[in-house]
Amino acid sequence: MLSRTADHLYWMARYIERAENMARVLEVTYSMSLVPNAAQSEAALWLPALEIAGNVDQYEEEYGNVDAAKVIHYLSMDVNNPSSIYNALRNARENARAVRVDMTSETWENINALWIEFDQFRGADLTKAGLPEFCDWVKARSHLFRGVCFGTMLRDDAFSFVRLGTFIERADNTARLLDVKYHLLLPDEEEVGGAVDYYEWSAVLRSVSAFQAYQKIFSDSIVPWRVAELLVLRRDMPRSLHACLDEITPILEQLAGRRQVECRRLAGELHAKLRYGKMQDIFQRGLHEFLSDFIDSNNLLGAEIQRAFLSINAS
Amino acid sequence: MQKSTQSFFDEMQLDVVDLDESRVRQIYSAYQNWLKDIPLHQLESKRQEAELLFRRVGITFNVYGEEDGAERLIPFDVIPRIISANEWEKLSAGAIQRVKALNMFLHDIYHQQDIIQAGIIPSSILANSQYRPEMVGVDVPQQIYAHVAGIDLVRTSESQFYVLEDNLRTPSGVSYMLEDRKMMMRLFPDLFRRYSVAPVDHYPQVLLKNLRAVAQTSNSEPTVVLLSPGAYNSAYFEHAFLAQQMGIELVEGTDLFVRNNAVYMRTTQGPQRVDVIYRRIDDDYIDPLVFNPNSMLGVPGLLSVYRNGGVTLANAVGTGVADDKATYIYVPEMIKFYLNEEPLLENVPTYELSKEEDLKYTLAHLHELVVKEVQGSGGYGMLVGPAATKKEIEEFRLRIVSKPANYIAQPTLALSTCPTLVEAGIAPRHVDLRPFVLSGKTVTLVPGALCRVALKEGSLVVNSSQGGGTKDTWVLEAGELEKTQLSENSCETKQVTTIKTEIKTKQKAKQKTIENIVEPAC
Repeated sequence: MLSRTADHLYWMARYIERAENMARVLEVTYSMSLVPNAAQSEAALWLPALEIAGNVDQYEEEYGNVDAAKVIHYLSMDVNNPSSIYNALRNARENARAVRVDMTSETWENINALWIEFDQFRGADLTKAGLPEFCDWVKARSHLFRGVCFGTMLRDDAFSFVRLGTFIERADNTARLLDVKYHLLLPDEEEVGGAVDYYEWSAVLRSVSAFQAYQKIFSDSIVPWRVAELLVLRRDMPRSLHACLDEITPILEQLAGRRQVECRRLAGELHAKLRYGKMQDIFQRGLHEFLSDFIDSNNLLGAEIQRAFLSINAS
Repeated sequence: MQKSTQSFFDEMQLDVVDLDESRVRQIYSAYQNWLKDIPLHQLESKRQEAELLFRRVGITFNVYGEEDGAERLIPFDVIPRIISANEWEKLSAGAIQRVKALNMFLHDIYHQQDIIQAGIIPSSILANSQYRPEMVGVDVPQQIYAHVAGIDLVRTSESQFYVLEDNLRTPSGVSYMLEDRKMMMRLFPDLFRRYSVAPVDHYPQVLLKNLRAVAQTSNSEPTVVLLSPGAYNSAYFEHAFLAQQMGIELVEGTDLFVRNNAVYMRTTQGPQRVDVIYRRIDDDYIDPLVFNPNSMLGVPGLLSVYRNGGVTLANAVGTGVADDKATYIYVPEMIKFYLNEEPLLENVPTYELSKEEDLKYTLAHLHELVVKEVQGSGGYGMLVGPAATKKEIEEFRLRIVSKPANYIAQPTLALSTCPTLVEAGIAPRHVDLRPFVLSGKTVTLVPGALCRVALKEGSLVVNSSQGGGTKDTWVLEAGELEKTQLSENSCETKQVTTIKTEIKTKQKAKQKTIENIVEPAC
């Protein structure tokens, strides 16, 4: 297939996944804000959402102080924020439009319908009850997108690049979410297990649809290191880092064929760390260090995929 | 509701004021019979449904300079234009004859130039900006230049059709012919039981077959691609649609590169040779090394590979010289010269303003003529005398006087009208017809066409860039239905009954045909 086509498909999937994750972060922060005494201040509650999106500086430049309404607008609808849900969905749709020929008409129409439906939320007040509805919609559309890809697309390279985009993006998002939250929730050697703590951690779990999974696996009270284990090492947890690399590695093997490409080696290395790593060792070195290493490696992996398959000078 | 204007020929001749069915044209009588039971609001809701579906499928086009995802729809009208098998036979024979002659002319003008030596076309044609000296002496496969040609036809009376212009560069609109049909079948399946409409959806297959046949490389499975300017082009939907229907790659200029006298596309598995390029980019932008150096759309070095036979372009480079409005005048002469036949379709009488007497006449009659720029297209740069204000006429007069050779003039034609659903109800609106002629081993066309309709009351400009819409065009299958219609219209009701009975008896067979044609619309 054309490199440009692969590029569009890959980024289409990444942007849909990005929108979904942004919606998850917004939703969970919003529900936290309804819990009394959950955080010291509005700013302390909403700042992490900006940190996960990775653009606190740009926000402060444009909006100044951190308050709920402004952060919600910035992360959902701001035209000037490159990682707002608006821009993620718009980019997803633009990428899809450029290669509508290379996906099934169901897939294309699904994304196009998403963009048409998005209009109903523009101008709506998302600071109040509108936000959960909006976030649910974004998540549902993302589920639908994956479903229509899975259910209708030929299992060829096009499908592989769509999947690749999804999991590279998801791995990045899960790592960021965990990093920011863990950092925040465990300031010192502070005692864990209080009510607020419970809410916080169950919120983190819910934001990656892992609350029920946690109960099922551990059937115990929620403790931070188990949350971390679930989201890092558990391969049966679909949004964990390990699960993402489980998907990425074989796809790259298959795409590369007999070619020796760096991205394939990198993915293998990263995969091995998650596959054979122990939570105890990770904690000993520090979870934050581990996660920021992971985020860097995952970014590098993305760049190498770009170089091997997608860039216009690839061949 | 409006009464149809009597001075124009109406395709249906529906008189909604008198509800006088006896005047309805035979081919529309079964439609009228159906229409009279349909309340207007139901038609309107069908129209809205169509709009929704078109939006969902993304049959939209971008408007340059409008931000924020401003994508527009070309308005779709739910009332079809119906053409009888007899009419179609005449039109298609005429269009095929014309395209044959035009292809022969193009070969001639880039080779021996017999037609100039015979004194039929003046040698000044070689100075036309659409004439490409780069193509002189270049042999294109099977001497086909215009693989796809759109012939614009208008009608002024029951028997009189005119060719308004030929489109031989990168004619567009065929996707609307195909999508409008799908839409009509989805919205009004019962109508397709009343009428035996000739199917059109094999168009992409015929085109693909032709494109593969003109590959000049030894490859037994030639790679055909469609070259598009990209997603921001107004015809992008059509490019994507055709590529998908033909199962070929939709490429942009940056996806292709030239090496060792061959064209390759960049794929995730390395370079892949391309044999035939169905290009939807104008000559001027196709190769920055030869034509417009600022073009970002084309492929550097493409023309040199093309001239050496390393790749085939469809349409060929340099076809613009044959569809230029100054060349148009000579097409009937070409048909006589190359084919030794009488033209089956007439040209619109045309004044060449480079001629002294024609210029004089035109300047004296601007208020009743249509004046067009020789190289203009898309309805830009033209004056419709009867519809223009005094000021507009005077401004245009100055432009003509300063460069008369840039213009031609034609009488304002009384374009036929077709009932169209507008805000006020059903009203006559002017229409034209663009069938697409495909040249390969044989010259053919599928029985259908793009029908464009000027939605503004009284307007004669049907171009989509000027607010025109489209209609599905039904070419009826020759057969029982047709024969009944050949008799006089005096016993209308009886005939309708006859037709119905015949349809009933044939229903089984027909239903099968319909099943074969119907595809889910999305």
